[in-house]
Amino acid sequence: MSYEFDFASVFEAWPELLHGLINSLVLSAAAMAIGMIVAVAGALGKTSGPKWLVWIIDGYIELIRNTPFLIQIFMIYFGLPSLGLKFSSNTAALIALVVNVGAYGIEIIRAGIESIQKGQVEAGKSLGMRPLQIFRYIILKPAIQAIYPSLTSQFILLMLNSSVCSVIAATELTAIAGDIQSRTFRSFEVYFIVTCMYLGLSIFFWTAFAAIERTFLRKPTR
Amino acid sequence: MRELGPNEIIFILAAVRWTLLLSLVAFLGGALGGALVALARTSEFKWLRLAANGYIKLFQGTPLLMQLFLAFFVPGLFGWSVDPWTAAALGLSLHASAFLGEIWRGAIEVVPRGQWEAATSLGLRYTPKMALIIVPQAIRIAIPPTIGFLVQLIKGTSLASIIGFVELTRAAQVINNATFRPFTIFALVALVYFLICWPLSAYSKRMERKLLVAAR
Repeated sequence: MSYEFDFASVFEAWPELLHGLINSLVLSAAAMAIGMIVAVAGALGKTSGPKWLVWIIDGYIELIRNTPFLIQIFMIYFGLPSLGLKFSSNTAALIALVVNVGAYGIEIIRAGIESIQKGQVEAGKSLGMRPLQIFRYIILKPAIQAIYPSLTSQFILLMLNSSVCSVIAATELTAIAGDIQSRTFRSFEVYFIVTCMYLGLSIFFWTAFAAIERTFLRKPTR
Repeated sequence: MRELGPNEIIFILAAVRWTLLLSLVAFLGGALGGALVALARTSEFKWLRLAANGYIKLFQGTPLLMQLFLAFFVPGLFGWSVDPWTAAALGLSLHASAFLGEIWRGAIEVVPRGQWEAATSLGLRYTPKMALIIVPQAIRIAIPPTIGFLVQLIKGTSLASIIGFVELTRAAQVINNATFRPFTIFALVALVYFLICWPLSAYSKRMERKLLVAAR
């Protein structure tokens, strides 16, 4: 192997990399938060809305799930301006991620809603629980227990997916990596380090989410 | 500036064959690798299980785009320069190996313990036990999520455009740069992806429901 590694010139750019990492995290967290509003609204519409609304929501879900995220970004960043809707690259990235995660989130939230059992609410009432107690212990906690694993893995998928936003020059980690690469020509070193950074984030979230689940969402053992 | 005429549309549509071919190669490569990963993940040797788990986590914990970049640049370290097609096929195959490996591990582990014990007590060694007893039962369970992943993989091939492989998405970009009709072009391409992926998704969902009924 005759290749000479040069990690130093990439490490020199660590403030930029850190900046990109933070931007990726902020972008992912914001997209997840707004995406969940979309998901809850969509799930409510799907479970208790009129038929035409259910069709529209189903159409949205199928359309998003069966087309590549890359095309969705292109559509929002390059396609929509011809209809008079123009966004900055970071805004377009956020919108694309929200639209994408919203579609996956609807089915997750819907499963949570459907996991609530009417009989248990009635049992709570007959035990003399107050409405707030019923909401907290019988509706909210089991629903969160039901959706927590899919929701957290959806967040990690979203975070990894956000790297695709580099194609429209949103200022997240992968785009920063591209900048450093075009300046230093150290392609392998840059992408190796950035891949490790993403892996670090994934491992951090896997561990943190599992710890939260163990601490707060433990199911009673029978 | 060029007009968006029939020739341009045909250029885009003809590039579907590269999307399909790349998906097929990555799926076959991934099936081969995935089978090995799944067997390693359910093996009786601890180090094999750990190694397979590390492999899966590595690919599930990093963006597919990074995997493709590295597939493009890593062979260069050894003095092999690869073209975008090879890099994309290699990167997507390794990616698919991890995901299919994890899906198939799940399917293997769902086969009831008693089946394993019965096979062992009949004196079957590892290979006939897996080939005759465990895998045939696991396949039924594995079909819906495998097809679900195939949809992910087909969508994932669009990222090969970023490392310069001219498939459907890249062809659309090329035509868009010449004609500047992004809305029409990307809507057309979205429709093509949808027509490929949606039947697969629907089939996978139907199969899953059937299995649920059968399991009741």
